[in-house]
Amino acid sequence: MMDVCGVDSAEGLFAHLPEAARLRRPLDLPVGISEYEIVDYFRRRAAENANGYASFLGAGAYNHFRPVLVDAVASRGEFLTSYTPYQAEISQGTLTAIFEFQTMICQLTGMDVANASMYDGSTAVPEAVMMAARLTGKGRALIAKSVHPEYRETLRTYAKNQGMLVEEFGYAPEAGTIDLDDLDRRMDGATAAVVVQSPNFFGIVDQVKAAGEIAHRRGALLILIFTEAVSLGILDPPAEPDIVAGELQSFAISPSYGGPFAGIIATREKYMRQMPGRLVGQTTDSRGNRAFCLTLSTREQHIRRERATSNICTNQALIALMATVFMTVYGKQGLRELAVQNLAKAHYLAARLKPRFSAHFFNEFVVRLEGRSPEQANKLLLKKKIIGGLPLAGFYPELSDCMLLCATEMSRCADMDALSEVLS
Amino acid sequence: MYPENFRYTKEHEWVLVEGDTGTIGITDHAQEELGDIVYVDLPKLGARVERGKSLGSVESVKAVSDIYSPAGGEVVAVNETLADAPEALNRDPHGAGWLVKLRLSAPAEILDLLTAAEYQAYVEAEK
Amino acid sequence: MISKVRTHPSQNEALLFERSSPGKKAYQLPDLDVPPVDPSDALGAGNVRAEIPDFPEVSEVEAIRHFTRLSTWNYAIDHGMYPLGSCTMKYNPRVNELVARTEGLAWAHPYQPQALAQGCMEIMARLERTLAEISGMDAVTLQPAAGAHGELTGILLIRALLEKRGDPRKKILVPDSAHGTNPATAAIAGYAVENIRSNGAGLLDVGALERSVTADVAALMVTNPNTLGVFEENIARAAEILHAKGALLYMDGANMNALVGIARPGDFGVDALHLNLHKTFSTPHGGGGPGAGPVAVKKALEPFLPVPRLKRSGKQWAWDYKRKRSIGRVRAFYGSFGVLVRALAYILAHGGPGLRNATVDAVLNANYIRKRLEPYYDLPYPSPSMHEVVFSDARQEPNGVRTGDIAKRLIDYGFHPYTVSFPMIVHGALMIEPTETEGTAELDAFIDAMISIAKEVETDPHFVKGAPYTTRTSRVDEVAAARKPVLRWKPR
Repeated sequence: MMDVCGVDSAEGLFAHLPEAARLRRPLDLPVGISEYEIVDYFRRRAAENANGYASFLGAGAYNHFRPVLVDAVASRGEFLTSYTPYQAEISQGTLTAIFEFQTMICQLTGMDVANASMYDGSTAVPEAVMMAARLTGKGRALIAKSVHPEYRETLRTYAKNQGMLVEEFGYAPEAGTIDLDDLDRRMDGATAAVVVQSPNFFGIVDQVKAAGEIAHRRGALLILIFTEAVSLGILDPPAEPDIVAGELQSFAISPSYGGPFAGIIATREKYMRQMPGRLVGQTTDSRGNRAFCLTLSTREQHIRRERATSNICTNQALIALMATVFMTVYGKQGLRELAVQNLAKAHYLAARLKPRFSAHFFNEFVVRLEGRSPEQANKLLLKKKIIGGLPLAGFYPELSDCMLLCATEMSRCADMDALSEVLS
Repeated sequence: MYPENFRYTKEHEWVLVEGDTGTIGITDHAQEELGDIVYVDLPKLGARVERGKSLGSVESVKAVSDIYSPAGGEVVAVNETLADAPEALNRDPHGAGWLVKLRLSAPAEILDLLTAAEYQAYVEAEK
Repeated sequence: MISKVRTHPSQNEALLFERSSPGKKAYQLPDLDVPPVDPSDALGAGNVRAEIPDFPEVSEVEAIRHFTRLSTWNYAIDHGMYPLGSCTMKYNPRVNELVARTEGLAWAHPYQPQALAQGCMEIMARLERTLAEISGMDAVTLQPAAGAHGELTGILLIRALLEKRGDPRKKILVPDSAHGTNPATAAIAGYAVENIRSNGAGLLDVGALERSVTADVAALMVTNPNTLGVFEENIARAAEILHAKGALLYMDGANMNALVGIARPGDFGVDALHLNLHKTFSTPHGGGGPGAGPVAVKKALEPFLPVPRLKRSGKQWAWDYKRKRSIGRVRAFYGSFGVLVRALAYILAHGGPGLRNATVDAVLNANYIRKRLEPYYDLPYPSPSMHEVVFSDARQEPNGVRTGDIAKRLIDYGFHPYTVSFPMIVHGALMIEPTETEGTAELDAFIDAMISIAKEVETDPHFVKGAPYTTRTSRVDEVAAARKPVLRWKPR
């Protein structure tokens, strides 16, 4: 091969590079190791993490069973090692699965169109807000304090550079739902979007309809966020949102220390051309067979460049596929039963403790502790090999005596009993 | 090929002036270059348009092209049929594929645009 | 003539919704060990949904057959070479998949006590150090979820530094050969974009750069090697020009597969760059994602990196949130950890010498293809190719055949097409990147296919234009898909 290329040695291939740019020493990295050593390296790292603990953490990443079929499908080389389906004729597998994914997200959220996924729920928020800004021509967003704190932080990072004003409105201190008066006071005609989460960060089913009325009255769009996708199995999708954005990690995506996850954006048909991210559409081939392809590509960066709806060049295809398999395995009845099990587990636990807020909740709730701090309680729980809830002091100083607990279908009665013993 | 009573821009738009109304479209050369048109983005009624500035865009599957207005004025009509049938723009770019009608602020300004013969020559030279 | 593939029946398969039938199920949940609750009581009657309309119900066998059948309609790296330029479609090692699923890693919750997450943090710290060494930079953030996300992070870091110096400036310069994410990113970061024309050799025009770098310019975004696969010989000079005017040099690391172990961006003047773990570092494309786009920076940009950052606290790792100058978060949690694990596994497997060998093989393979196809396809720029080569369809165009047609015919020969019509500075581009994964058998099969197609273009161009012939679907009607978008299934 080197003969064909006309070089004597590997060095000949790089001879044209400026000498000053060349690295003339070996990389300061150890030599390669064998497969067994690689597996062992990661096994040892895994052993340095929590192993065999019962966990009551939620807060944007949830412990749910992963049906065995998920990895059986996602491990197939044809899905795992394939590229973005730009060449439709040899990517119908990926394209068909995405079309099904888009459909199921619409069915779950009650919206008309859904994209092929965003990086995650947190980045879907600024994308949705920028979409609302383009649609309304306005430059301000109002976001509830009860939206996941790290999602709000992410929005602020993006908004700052778009000249977008972001303001927060509060939550009702007893109920835990959004403070509608606060929202109403802050609302104005220059607002592009009102952003609420339901179930919110505190696990509470929030007042989406009322928020929508306030937003629409002043010409803003309503953006609804969700972090716990399992809730879609039982919660009625509100009609008020113009854009729904959220996180699908609960659908068979391993918590995996925070990623990779998959977000979605879903919206009404009239807003379709302002959606960011990939879209798969149905069409026919020249023989009249049904076929699928990427479509409405002119929204995207590779065509519209600096005037694109977003710079995004990925859809978390493999992750979205896992979610698609999950949704298929559970199906219409299963998603409901799964959600209802989550309700039962969390409400069993809550009955043994004192939820801090009075409004309805799904599978997460806030508990106020007396006598000891959440951090101290968690230390005691760790001795019983239980990871307790998330202490809220870091995110909500006014709730520093509280922790956020989550119970799912994976939570066991005995562990919940042990937890409530320590916390009450 | 190119209607005599139109005027043309080097960006391949045409304008037909009738009194103080100007009808604007893109030329046959433009639609051929773009290929199958899939979507046309047009301004709203009442919008003010400036000469030489973009008044919207035309999309094919793989490209977007801005439409630069040959004249300034106020949008008084928009070709609604293109929303459902953008292919009209390919089939009949000088007729049924018109884009917008303006109430021209300065009808005389179009006189410095290319005539049909000049535009024809320009397109030929580009090839 | 076509030896790599033969037709074979592939299963048809309807959509899930068309297979669905009430009462079929593929799941089984354990019985509740707590009392059941009534959803209306727990959530409020108005909040409980009716059933999910038209959501599928299928059995487990139907589910596995459905997705298996779909999978057989795809082409994948596991089938054969993907010559896509700048995508670096190298082998996705299976050990990566195994280690990413190690229970203590896959089930780690981002908010679990830091003392019980030391394994995850050590993995991330090691990857940061390793990528810093590979890129010749001082600090790395692993937070960005994709290349474009990394680009945005990088430009925001630059903005933050310039703001601290008193003026964030207004413009970012982008070569006309750049990937579309570059200008899109600059716009989202709040900058105006100014294009710089490439010179006659397809490279950065130093004179044009000198004229364009004013006090308004924040940075130049450059890909090196560029999208022609050619090393930007004047990149160090470009860095000098920018730095002299207080501007910075950002590098899109998409083409790092040509540089690992050979040259380091930090050594030729780059201030910030992103890396694509799903390209250079073998993490799987998965049909379009997930990726990861870590950003490596010089010391001056380190204070602005996204929060939190890993820091040493005694004998442990800890997350440091006290970073006053940070640009903030670019996402929730810490990064696409599962992707980071896969990339580190790849790096551990290769080691320093192995990574350098991979680069050498990648460049050798691309040059082999270039030499053997040069007699048949037009090479618009004579500059030496690194890991990818760009031809044009100039020789085929007189027969009415364009790069897109050749690409479709290549499918009949058993290959995925190369990158069509990009970069835009080449009229009718064919962008080919084999990666180091391919041995001579696959490379020769690809070359033979391309030569055969070149001959077909001479003798029967009409036939080439009608390709592909052997795929499940013939060319799909993208025009209809865009004119009348149908983005979901609906019942009749």
